[in-house]
Amino acid sequence: MSEREQIFGRIREALRNPAPVPGAHHGESLPPVTEASAAPHIPEWLPLVGDSEAERLELFKKNSIELKADFRLLDSEEEVHAQIAELSADWKRVATHRNPLTDLVCDRIDLPILCTDGGYDAAEMEECDVGISACDALIAQTGSVLVTSTSAGGRSLSVLPPHHIVVARRDQLLSDLPSAFALLEERYAPDYPSFISFITGPSRTGDIERILVLGAHGPKVLTILCW
Amino acid sequence: MSVASDQFKGDATRVSKDEMQRALIHRGLKKYEAARSIRQAAFQDWEAARQTAAEIKWDAVNHLDDYLAEFADKIEANGAKVHWASNSQQAREIILGIIREKKARSIIKSKVMTGEEIHLNECLEKEGFDVVESDLGEYIVQLREEAPYHFVFPAMHLARGEISELFTKELGTAPTENVEELTMIARRVMREKYLSADVGISGGNFAVAETGMISITENEGNARLTCALPKVHISLMGIEKVLPKMRDLALFLPMLATAGAGQALTGYNSFYGGPKSGDECDGPEEFHVVLLDNRRTELLADSEQRDSLGCIRCGACLNVCPIYRNVGGHTYGTTYQGPIGSVITPHLRGLQDWKHLSNASSLCGACTQTCPVKINLHEHLLQNRRNASEEKPVWWEKMAFKGFEFVMNRPFLYRIGSKIARLVFPLHELVKASPIDPAREWTKTRELPPLAGQSFREYWSKRS
Ligand code: SF4
Repeated sequence: MSEREQIFGRIREALRNPAPVPGAHHGESLPPVTEASAAPHIPEWLPLVGDSEAERLELFKKNSIELKADFRLLDSEEEVHAQIAELSADWKRVATHRNPLTDLVCDRIDLPILCTDGGYDAAEMEECDVGISACDALIAQTGSVLVTSTSAGGRSLSVLPPHHIVVARRDQLLSDLPSAFALLEERYAPDYPSFISFITGPSRTGDIERILVLGAHGPKVLTILCW
Repeated sequence: MSVASDQFKGDATRVSKDEMQRALIHRGLKKYEAARSIRQAAFQDWEAARQTAAEIKWDAVNHLDDYLAEFADKIEANGAKVHWASNSQQAREIILGIIREKKARSIIKSKVMTGEEIHLNECLEKEGFDVVESDLGEYIVQLREEAPYHFVFPAMHLARGEISELFTKELGTAPTENVEELTMIARRVMREKYLSADVGISGGNFAVAETGMISITENEGNARLTCALPKVHISLMGIEKVLPKMRDLALFLPMLATAGAGQALTGYNSFYGGPKSGDECDGPEEFHVVLLDNRRTELLADSEQRDSLGCIRCGACLNVCPIYRNVGGHTYGTTYQGPIGSVITPHLRGLQDWKHLSNASSLCGACTQTCPVKINLHEHLLQNRRNASEEKPVWWEKMAFKGFEFVMNRPFLYRIGSKIARLVFPLHELVKASPIDPAREWTKTRELPPLAGQSFREYWSKRS
């Protein structure tokens, strides 16, 4: 018998005794709720998000401040170019990937550019000052950026360079986590990218005396340009 | 008395007198408490969320065979290789086998508690491999050659000065009291390791059956780099980590962050469904998932305590536990410390050797109340006490209860006994707290309440 079969044998044997339902202390009985019936209620329990776009933007902004993320809400492509011109003052090398939004930004950058499409050398990316990527969505509830290997130029672009810039359109802002999962399902199921990540603020640690330090291993700065 | 219980008693006595260590722990946990209460209050209905989280885990654990098979089949269909290990030894051999076959030399690890459980680092180092922990706290305890102090905050018992000294000694860096500089030292060391490592080893917080993915929660980005750069990615996790649906994470991720560290969401929540696929530009060529039983199925068979397999390792029960706060993490001598460790260790490593942990509890129930998946922790501690004495009764306890029963069933004996007790009680003052005091265990640190001058029966009969 294979190890897998042995483990499954032990599991089936163990499960022959039924277990009390959760939340039933001291033998009190509670009706079990099934997962399928609970799912639609999850948004009602998680932290509140407003209904309008303005409220969502406001919440994303507030969360970004708490997370020490650099969120810039802009009105036009011209403003985006102006921001990039300002940010790029002391960059020497840029990493990015092909996407209509990143193309728009990188077209005006007059520096060596490493593009991840079709493969790249990780040591070279490590030398880059910044990684510029698109994303799948922004999430107001938590101030998160949802990326996948498909939408954001692979696994490393958004974590290896010391500065990560996300470019997003306003209509990519979602309200809460359940809607982000719904989007993933709608966009990719059943063939999900091999990597999906919710990025919430720049890389951080509190491992020494529970004192917050940014840039533990990933980017010290997370800039989100949204227009 | 087992070796482990002697060690527990000794260390508990030592640490509870170590003011420095206790102050550090209290300060750290105060910050946690403040942040957590804000985050938990932001939920529209934390209690409903908890109940549902508990029910989803109940469903997952009580249909573990179905979900585990679904997970394994799906992730294999995505190109990962699943390995099955019944015990630590098999898990170590599987991992060693992969590393040897790849002719790998250097290995980078992100936090994996299951790795501590199977003593993976010791094994890999003994075989001559270069193994580095990339999580800052884990790296610090690795350099100190000690176990994590807390399974979420591994180095919370160390002050910056001690860490600075450690880095100076081990890495030759200049001493500094600046926490940011200390963090950057580790960042620089790790950067080179990520690029040169042949194999990355990670854990996994959840295994999603529906889509065949593992989910990893972290703040630093070290796990992301570990799973992105080396050519081979190995993920080691317990078989109980399954969740039925991907969308369940919409509930579990914010709850884990809130209960674990008082965050709305942890810095990075990443899902890995396979190795680099044909049209992707990076990622490992091979992805191995090692699923470990290591007596989890024995815990599964105990239907009374089965819910403890739903633990999401948030660490909240440690943070609120008055025992943990005063005896510290190393005292437990276990992979998983605090209340959850005290509940599951006797199942994973032997009831008789670890039953003393069930007594390391004030039964205040703070752990049960704080647990995001409603594990009945303090009742399980009582059940472990009961099981331990049923399995192997303690002779003098048995005698004592027999004697008690004998006296209680004979009123005249009881009456004589209580008379004698009142007569000799004043003499107790003479021996109180001395080595010949029969009640010394109690009286060396506490007062014995005085006996009432008359019994209730005497009082009642004189009343009219
Ligand atoms: S038992 Fe509950 S509170 Fe303790 S670590 Fe597990 S999930 Fe968290």
